[in-house]
Amino acid sequence: MLRRAGPSLRHFLLERNSSAGHSSCSREAKMSRPVRARRLEGIDKNIWVEFVNLAATYSKVNLGQGFPDFPAPDFLTEALTRALGGGNHMLHQYTRAFVIIIEPFFDCYEPMVKMAGGTPVFVPLRPNPPKDGKLMSSADWQLDPAELASKFSERTKAIVLNSPNNPLGKVFSREELGLIAELCVKHDVLCISDEVYEWLVYDGKQHIRIASLQGMWDRTVIIGSAGKTFSATGWKVGWAVGPDRLLQHLRTVHQNSVYHCATIAQEAVAQGFQRELMLYGKPESYFVQLPKELQQKRDWLVQSLDGVGMKPIIPEGTYFLVADISPFKSDVPDVPNSDEPYDSRFAKWMVKNKGLAAIPLSAFYSEAHKNNYTNFIRFCFAKEEATLKAASDILQKWKQKKTSS
Amino acid sequence: MPFRHKNTRRIEGLDSNVWVEFTKVAADPSIVNLGQGLPDISPPSYVKEELAKVAAVDRLNQYTRGFGHPSLVKALSQVYEKVCGRKIDPLTDILVTVGAYGSLFSTIQALIEEGDEVIIIEPFYDCYEPMVKMAGAKPVFIPLRCKNNGNSASSADWVLDPAELANKFNSKTKAIILNTPHNPIGKVFTLEELQVIADLCIKHDTLCISDEVYEWLVYKGNKHIKIATLPGMWERTVTIGSAGKTYSVTGWKLGWSIGPEYLIKHLQVVHQNTLYTCPTPLQEALAQAFWVDYKRMDDPDCYFYSLSRELESKRDRMAQLLKEAGLKPVIPDGGYFMIVDVSTLNVDLSDVDEKQPYDYKFVKWMIASKKLSAIPLSAFCGLETKKQFEKYIRFCFIKKDSTLDAAEVILKNWNKQTG
Repeated sequence: MLRRAGPSLRHFLLERNSSAGHSSCSREAKMSRPVRARRLEGIDKNIWVEFVNLAATYSKVNLGQGFPDFPAPDFLTEALTRALGGGNHMLHQYTRAFVIIIEPFFDCYEPMVKMAGGTPVFVPLRPNPPKDGKLMSSADWQLDPAELASKFSERTKAIVLNSPNNPLGKVFSREELGLIAELCVKHDVLCISDEVYEWLVYDGKQHIRIASLQGMWDRTVIIGSAGKTFSATGWKVGWAVGPDRLLQHLRTVHQNSVYHCATIAQEAVAQGFQRELMLYGKPESYFVQLPKELQQKRDWLVQSLDGVGMKPIIPEGTYFLVADISPFKSDVPDVPNSDEPYDSRFAKWMVKNKGLAAIPLSAFYSEAHKNNYTNFIRFCFAKEEATLKAASDILQKWKQKKTSS
Repeated sequence: MPFRHKNTRRIEGLDSNVWVEFTKVAADPSIVNLGQGLPDISPPSYVKEELAKVAAVDRLNQYTRGFGHPSLVKALSQVYEKVCGRKIDPLTDILVTVGAYGSLFSTIQALIEEGDEVIIIEPFYDCYEPMVKMAGAKPVFIPLRCKNNGNSASSADWVLDPAELANKFNSKTKAIILNTPHNPIGKVFTLEELQVIADLCIKHDTLCISDEVYEWLVYKGNKHIKIATLPGMWERTVTIGSAGKTYSVTGWKLGWSIGPEYLIKHLQVVHQNTLYTCPTPLQEALAQAFWVDYKRMDDPDCYFYSLSRELESKRDRMAQLLKEAGLKPVIPDGGYFMIVDVSTLNVDLSDVDEKQPYDYKFVKWMIASKKLSAIPLSAFCGLETKKQFEKYIRFCFIKKDSTLDAAEVILKNWNKQTG
């Protein structure tokens, strides 16, 4: 496939040395003054650095990190090829306040707030399981209105909303958004609305943009992603949409941090959007086809998990689902007084021993709440049929091993 | 309830930007644009071909390792091990960022504390000052001074006064930002000059942030020396490089920081909490391009050297044209910019009302009347030094022949229209 003058990717990752003893500069004196800036305190750990490495080392089937393992659509890669071949070689040429974060949350929100010197304030989605013993839906995880209201104070600067929600897959309803909007308006709070999965909603559900609610456009920054929209996470093109008086400050940060994004990727994404604009609402639209395809994969994975006794929470959106792994807990005994949350130890054991990679739910909780839910792990189902089938096979064998022993 | 949301203190006063101002003005296609450092020459064909190939590989359109795509950090470690003569661990000693800009940002955010002082040599690439300020630190400026009483024929004439430099260091000095080859003057710091800086860094236990994006662009008779290779410096230096400058692909926005693990790990923390990872296909294509040139690093055909040769002849041509037009260019030893003393033309702009330095007014006049654009040098200075540099403007010469031909027409006709 690709010419490689160096070692293969996988072999290379396996070669990773620990820092001790490898550096040849142990004889040279380090600086004696402290070097690390205070703003980095407490934010050095990162779930992805840890789990991506584990998955690369051990997993045969990776349903962990959220990226599609099916190709990006042809029209997008063709747009890039056209941009490359178009003869325009210029395409190769030149970002004591409180922020409310809803748990479970995409992990980067917390360290980013801290790095800005802000204080995260957490409010949980709480599960209300259906009485009839049916599988839970992400809709069953809800905010308590009184609890939410109690988190707002005059020092609250912003709330981070993520809908559709990673990891649960929850799609906030109009009523739920209305509740949040009312509080934002009442307390003059900004809303940072992470809507990267905006096109991935199932069962005929509607993604509602909080910025469209009364009083919200002027106080909301909406965030989108080409990686999620067009299944090209490696392109790293995202955007913020909002009123100029807020966006102007984002531009200042941007011009003093990275300044530009890759030209050619932006050009190709623009062409992707032109196509979608023309096909908007039509059956050939990628925004219609992708959720349709992913819904089937969701249902397939739900069935596989349910079939072996893991209890999936059926997501209304995104390409993630969270499952309760309780029946399999006996394989990973509890270690009292352990620093590490149970689900994290379980997930690590699972990838090393079963070759199946997933992410522990505790990764999406603040430090104080990491042990609130010990039995859930997150699976990504934006995967080829073959990958999902392989996952199912692993689960089946695992179940058989348990019942026969 | 009134809307109370305004900008944070950290970005107060950082909104204005010389590029925003001048690229707008020069955007008119009838203007010959020698202003912004934007190559209009073609990148090498194998670089573009690699990207096309890579985009067809599905896996390479998805996330890669956050701190740098494995094949790229491996390639970078090989190239730089050869240049530095020391082992460089690709996983712990390198961070890949969104352009060299991203490396500057990560380094400053990781290692510069509020209240620290950071020494910046004037003229400086304009982003250093706002980035230092955004970290809550104080920029301390020291100018390069022209040796021969203002009669400067070469970038080598611009030097730091060692006593003046030593005075800028104190217990609050966290870092000095070094840029060699230097933008805008094109100075290539000599071993002796680097030693003076190194001695002070060691004496005061100061970091050195070394912006070496133009490292391959050094002209005959000059050698690019990495300050990190001087004794006692590897442990206190973060060296920054750029794909955009190395391969004439500024739009790819890939850069890297190289240094000792105990410093780079903090840059990695900033990176994982800001952008997390850089575009995969671009990194893979860049890695493949580096392998091509790594294999011929002892060969004059290596792009690192062939680009430099190509630019040297453009430099010489540009200098000749400017001299013939009565201007005084300062011949750069490196980089792809040339500064020019325009005071010899005695263009009277005293009737121009705006309260801007002379060079700003001159460039705007030149764009309007000569259809040629450049960048005023005072954009690269702190407030107190603007007067010293306001007779200079900066030209970029990494331009294709037809652009330089168009510039030639303007410069040859220059004197016909004045006087």
